[in-house]
Amino acid sequence: MPADFNWAIGGEAGDGIDSTGKIFAQALSRAGRHVFTSKDFASRIRGGYTAYKIRTSVEQVQSVVDRLDVLIALTPRTIEENLSELHEGSVIVYDGDRTTMQNVEIPDGMVGLDVPLKSLAEDAGGAIMRNVVALGAACAVTDFPIENLDSALQKRFGNKGQKLVDNNKQAARLGRDYVTDEYDHEFDYSLETTDSDYVLLNGDEAIGMGALAAGCRFYAGYPITPATNVMEYLVGRIEHYGGHVVQAEDELSAINMALGAARAGARSMTATSGPGIDLMTETFGLVATSETPLVIVDVMRSGPSTGMPTKQEQGDLNQMLYGGHGEVPRFVLAPTTIDECFWKTVEAFNLAEKYNIPVYLTADLALAVTEQTFEPEAFDMDAVEIDRGKLVDEDEIDEWLDESGHFRTHAITHDGVSPRAKPGTAKGAHMSTGLEHDELGRRTEDTQMRVEQVDKRNRKVESAIERESFDYREYGTPGADNLVISWGSNEGALIEALELLEADDIDVHVISVPYIFPRPDLSAEINAAENVIVVECNNTGQFADVLEHDALCRVDRINKYNGVRFKADELAERITDTLADTAPAEVSQ
Amino acid sequence: MSSNVRFTDFKSDKQPTWCPGCGDFGTMNGMMKALANTGNDPDNTFIVAGIGCSGKIGTYMHSYALHGVHGRALPVGTGVKLANPDLEVMVAGGDGDGYSIGAGHFIHAVRRNIDMTYVVMDNRIYGLTKGQASPTSRSDFETSTSPEGPKQSPVNPLALALASGASFIAQSFSSDALRHAEIVQEAIEHDGFGFVNVFSPCVTFNDVDTYDYFRDSLVDLKDDGHDPTDYEAAKSVILDSEKEYQGVMYRDENAVPYGEAHGVTEDMTEIGEGAPEDAMDLVREFY
Ligand SMILES: Cc1ncc(C[n+]2csc(CCOP(=O)(O)OP(=O)(O)O)c2C)c(N)n1
Ligand code: SF4
Ligand SMILES: [Mg+2]
Repeated sequence: MPADFNWAIGGEAGDGIDSTGKIFAQALSRAGRHVFTSKDFASRIRGGYTAYKIRTSVEQVQSVVDRLDVLIALTPRTIEENLSELHEGSVIVYDGDRTTMQNVEIPDGMVGLDVPLKSLAEDAGGAIMRNVVALGAACAVTDFPIENLDSALQKRFGNKGQKLVDNNKQAARLGRDYVTDEYDHEFDYSLETTDSDYVLLNGDEAIGMGALAAGCRFYAGYPITPATNVMEYLVGRIEHYGGHVVQAEDELSAINMALGAARAGARSMTATSGPGIDLMTETFGLVATSETPLVIVDVMRSGPSTGMPTKQEQGDLNQMLYGGHGEVPRFVLAPTTIDECFWKTVEAFNLAEKYNIPVYLTADLALAVTEQTFEPEAFDMDAVEIDRGKLVDEDEIDEWLDESGHFRTHAITHDGVSPRAKPGTAKGAHMSTGLEHDELGRRTEDTQMRVEQVDKRNRKVESAIERESFDYREYGTPGADNLVISWGSNEGALIEALELLEADDIDVHVISVPYIFPRPDLSAEINAAENVIVVECNNTGQFADVLEHDALCRVDRINKYNGVRFKADELAERITDTLADTAPAEVSQ
Repeated sequence: MSSNVRFTDFKSDKQPTWCPGCGDFGTMNGMMKALANTGNDPDNTFIVAGIGCSGKIGTYMHSYALHGVHGRALPVGTGVKLANPDLEVMVAGGDGDGYSIGAGHFIHAVRRNIDMTYVVMDNRIYGLTKGQASPTSRSDFETSTSPEGPKQSPVNPLALALASGASFIAQSFSSDALRHAEIVQEAIEHDGFGFVNVFSPCVTFNDVDTYDYFRDSLVDLKDDGHDPTDYEAAKSVILDSEKEYQGVMYRDENAVPYGEAHGVTEDMTEIGEGAPEDAMDLVREFY
């Protein structure tokens, strides 16, 4: 594991925790350090405990750990909540002038820095900047050049006037100087900087950017945590490319608007979370049977019902795979990293149009709200390719007309893919419907046509499996006796867990799967391994179920459903325990 | 758009399976005439149909069309029109489709004022499911699910539209062929959301709101000297529960359609073969 440093700011929701944390993350990124953030947030309204955590290193970091080196605590609860992660030598920055913090006890062996955040902020121009004073203090503790913070402040406040930027810079300096002057202490930390230029973004933003790159020009959505960020990202940017975002009256409307735009020929998308997916399910069937290309994003949160709206879970897999009455194929893509959120979004649009099919693109909450640094080349726009599938124009349309001149929009084809004609295309006028239909899109109950249409829709899946590569990534020791399979955001923690396992001489082969359907056939790997464990953030093991079905055998499961993402050390321990439980009893000598 | 389009060009070769005498025949004919009269042709027209007897219209007309799920036709029309404003978009469905299961969308489609036309074929009954009370059924109308009548006041769709900030509200009668086509044509020509509630009698399941009833009771606003740009005058005819009216009740010529207000006036369906040229700027924003 890279030599890392772990930092957090915590307080009450409404204390500006998120934006302060983001500023520090940006400063680290500007300084050429890698960053991986995580958020503990209870709810969006004021009152709940919330924290923004940063893990940073000069090497790539891709998970969180149970360790905190520097904590900015705005409330006593912040210290309580993080006691298990604080260690000897951890530094706690707090404002002892605050009534609630007056009697705060710094645990033995830790360094408490009482900094008058509020009054220093007032000296710089306003109490509201007290969190920035704390950031300045953090710079002093970590020997981190304050200029990096300056440029992050410039980015955050630049559009609100230079005066505000300057006040904030001053606030940071007052915090730094206070620590340097008042505490004659050699801190254990020194944050090295590098010349690298990284970009810092979260999964929701990567999905939004992927959509714009892929030519998505229409988005309709209804606000819901943790998917709203996708919509907020697109608003103000999509217009530049001639597109538009509609805030619909509900998710029923959102998916139907997106469907309408797609029928008109635009690349179109909607994003929501579990409750919204439930509402969209009836129309989902219509999208699928009318063979309309559409990308539907499900940013998963804990369910059922309203569940735990701001907590991690991977519980919607069955809903995406099987949701809706009747039977109709759909694709389900599940990126496992933030940069992959970008690329899988691009791919989702291409798959949707190549196979005239709805594509679910899902990110779990941890992936969606985590910010991480990448080389900008990870999002190389020149590598984006757009394939609109069988979209026919005026010149090609004759090929698809029947003897009386009607466009065969649901033509029975060998590969299962029918042509699309955009409205406005001469001779292309046609209808489609959620009723079972003939080649012209008109209602039919003809027994033979029904079977032909069902078979044709299913052939699209076979064609896709033949033509596309529904691949996976591997880590650790290929061919090892122990195989661990994962989907979604668990990948990062698993990779780091591998190092811990290796240190204990446990060889593990990790497979991380970004395609839920169609998915890679892992039956050979599963059957060859002695122990197979499927790791996922849900209670029943929904992915494990489908893998058992594929491989016709039983697998072990590591499930987590308390609302918190996996951590590397935790995973290493649970993998070790699971392997011990399944090991054949040793014959005593 | 060709000028030699005849209204029969909008007819598909599917024979309607509506009951003989169903009001939907006349409603559809008027829509086809209005579309042809306004210079549209099947290749630039998109019809979105709801679910119900009325919703079958998508099959019997010839144009680009989608027959969607029950109650969601308006959002589909909204998406079509925004994605390609060059298309003529017409949404059609029943009173159950529009004022019951889809009522939420109705309010917001009216507010949004997208430049499209919405024709509700109001027979004051659920036709397709064989005769249950609809939101416009009279409170004492006996049906299979309301043997003593629904005992609730019927919704007044025109008032609902007015309260939601409509820019065009009209009502017509399917069997007054000339006036019905004229009124739908005005709705098409209106720059914004053109809403027409059409009395479209169900001869099989509604023996109260019949052709005879409408013929005897309808007052034509055209003969009445009604000024549709006068909000107060519109309000009083819309809220008048004593009479049934046909004609354009209200028209706000100053209302700005959604597309114009949001600068969405260009076809967004054409894209390149790769990411937009300046797409790397999106990445740089994250520095
Ligand atoms: C979600 C859903 N619920 C119920 C139905 C059954 N259904 C089909 S049409 C209809 C009512 C139709 O009434 P209306 O909209 O007035 O159309 P009409 O048949 O009178 O033209 C109902 C309840 C359905 N198709 N979908
Ligand atoms: S049941 Fe009524 S609405 Fe349906 S087709 Fe027959 S007459 Fe028309
Ligand atoms: Mg009806």
